[in-house]
Amino acid sequence: MSENLLKYLRPEVFPTPFCAGCGHGILMGAILRAIDELELDFNKIVFVSGIGCAAWIPSPHFAADTLHTLHGRPIAYATGVKSFNPELKVIVISGDGDLAAIGGNHLIHAARRNIEMTVICANNSIYGMTGGQVSPTTPQNAKTMTTAQGNPEQPFDLCRLTAACDARYVARYTVFHTKPLINSIKKALTTKGFGFIDVVSPCPTQFGRRNKQPTLFEMLNDLKTRSIRYESAKKLTRQELIGKVVIGEFSD
Amino acid sequence: MSKSKLKSLLSPAKYFMQGNIACAEGALAAGCQYYAGYPITPSSEIMEHLSNRLPEVNGVFMQMEDEIASICSMIGASWAGAKAMTATSGPGFSLMLEGLGYALMTETPCVIVNIQRAGPATGQATRPGQSDIMQARWGAHGDYRIIGLSPWSVQEMYDLTIKAFNLAEQYRVPVILLADEVVGHLKESFIIKPELEIFIRDSTMTDKPFGTEQDDGVPPMPAFGQGAKLLVTGSTHNQFGIRKVADPKVQDILVNRLCNKIDRHKKEICETESYLTDDAEYLFVSFGISARSAYAVVKQLRNQGIKAGLLRYKTIWPFDEDELKQTAQNCKMIFVPEMNRGQLVLEIQRVLCDKQVISIPKTQGEAIYPSEISNEFKKYTT
Repeated sequence: MSENLLKYLRPEVFPTPFCAGCGHGILMGAILRAIDELELDFNKIVFVSGIGCAAWIPSPHFAADTLHTLHGRPIAYATGVKSFNPELKVIVISGDGDLAAIGGNHLIHAARRNIEMTVICANNSIYGMTGGQVSPTTPQNAKTMTTAQGNPEQPFDLCRLTAACDARYVARYTVFHTKPLINSIKKALTTKGFGFIDVVSPCPTQFGRRNKQPTLFEMLNDLKTRSIRYESAKKLTRQELIGKVVIGEFSD
Repeated sequence: MSKSKLKSLLSPAKYFMQGNIACAEGALAAGCQYYAGYPITPSSEIMEHLSNRLPEVNGVFMQMEDEIASICSMIGASWAGAKAMTATSGPGFSLMLEGLGYALMTETPCVIVNIQRAGPATGQATRPGQSDIMQARWGAHGDYRIIGLSPWSVQEMYDLTIKAFNLAEQYRVPVILLADEVVGHLKESFIIKPELEIFIRDSTMTDKPFGTEQDDGVPPMPAFGQGAKLLVTGSTHNQFGIRKVADPKVQDILVNRLCNKIDRHKKEICETESYLTDDAEYLFVSFGISARSAYAVVKQLRNQGIKAGLLRYKTIWPFDEDELKQTAQNCKMIFVPEMNRGQLVLEIQRVLCDKQVISIPKTQGEAIYPSEISNEFKKYTT
């Protein structure tokens, strides 16, 4: 991580607990770069996270106020922080299981309320911390610890979901697309309303090795080939889009 | 924050009010600035009233998507610096238990009002109960101590709500007001005194917001945005807030301090009230609206020349064992009327194991009548 970002971190808690090849470190860097480029006051930001690998991106690494909450509930906590003290900037960072399964209700209601906060879903399509069980964003047919024969269910498209709730800003990028990801986080952070970014992040340890992508290199290559721009995706049918990662801004 | 004309709190006078509204006004008097809740009978009047009143005092009202979100947003607001409250009834309280555990672990001051109704499950939504008192004590997982208060009148819906806020802020603990549908919906007159004792949270800047030198201390609690770089987590943490999820010593120190800070301050926290207990041969022990019926029975029995007395628990949790032992030492028999299958009686039997302790339960979703208590009393004494 570059020198000028170190001021945002607590040196005493490093190294991070993330596995080799985890995409969350890239996302951590992207979030801090966006904050740095916007020159936000780090003392006036509250980072709220739930339970899981993604929740450990801010807590305890970021040298700011952090609220590491219950599984699935970070958006509810964030709603209390923001509505009581609107001067604070509130950023929720959590995983797909946390935000879309157990916390799905809070996600859609916060999007509907358009309460001013940025929610970043570190989406690795798996329950990583608990050992690799299927999540609501696991692609259909993917093998996990609880779907040995392949996932029989279709995944959630969290961007279409939050956009349907009329969230002010909705976007998806992968950790491979770091430049547009940083720009997207900056945009969400300056949105007057609810900003949601689905960040697809590889998990070689729990997802990749069971799906013929045992290293970060293979996972990033796969993300690169499966990614398609939102504008181009509009021309394809739902059937043709199965397995694709639609990136870009869904509502602006 | 934008300037606005603020309406003042209620001025000292005699008022005629519903218990739930008195509770809401008590919260405002205590300095409540944030309420989050979800509609549920028989507690909804509290949120309806506060939805109008909080904006008048520059406070914030949020109606959330469920009770889980309600307690979580209340905890978030508390860390943002608010005195915060939520109110509910049995089914909502069950949902709030995970947030209750989080508030205990993170030492977040907040007030949870449970206007108890008859359960389990949906039960009888409009009918009273006192059957959540053990749930309030033991419902969240893990080892902890909690504070639970039990009002028996509209006056106490006001007074004990204020006390709940004071204790929450003083001990950095969630406090539960264990009221019931009868006192919640009861309308009677009560008095607002000219002076109130209000506890102000210690928000001194510190790098140790989760630990003290003493093993029963309460650390200061800076708010978000103050520059304290707070690390708040429901995982086991050291005095700085850093997660220590496999350190036996840190777990031991934390859990014991969470319990000690309540256990060792029972004398300051606990409040009971005694009526005619000095020479009592027969002692009634009760709480909330059931104690009011028991009080009527004690007066009747005294008129008949029978030496009866009442010990009423205003603070149910922590349970004041010493007061019970002392009051009951010369009593022949102890009767415990309550609107449940027999819950507080278990505590009393535990403390007075050498005495005859008789449970007078009522599970019909209505208040226990004085006649029902005196009939049971006669069965055992004639």
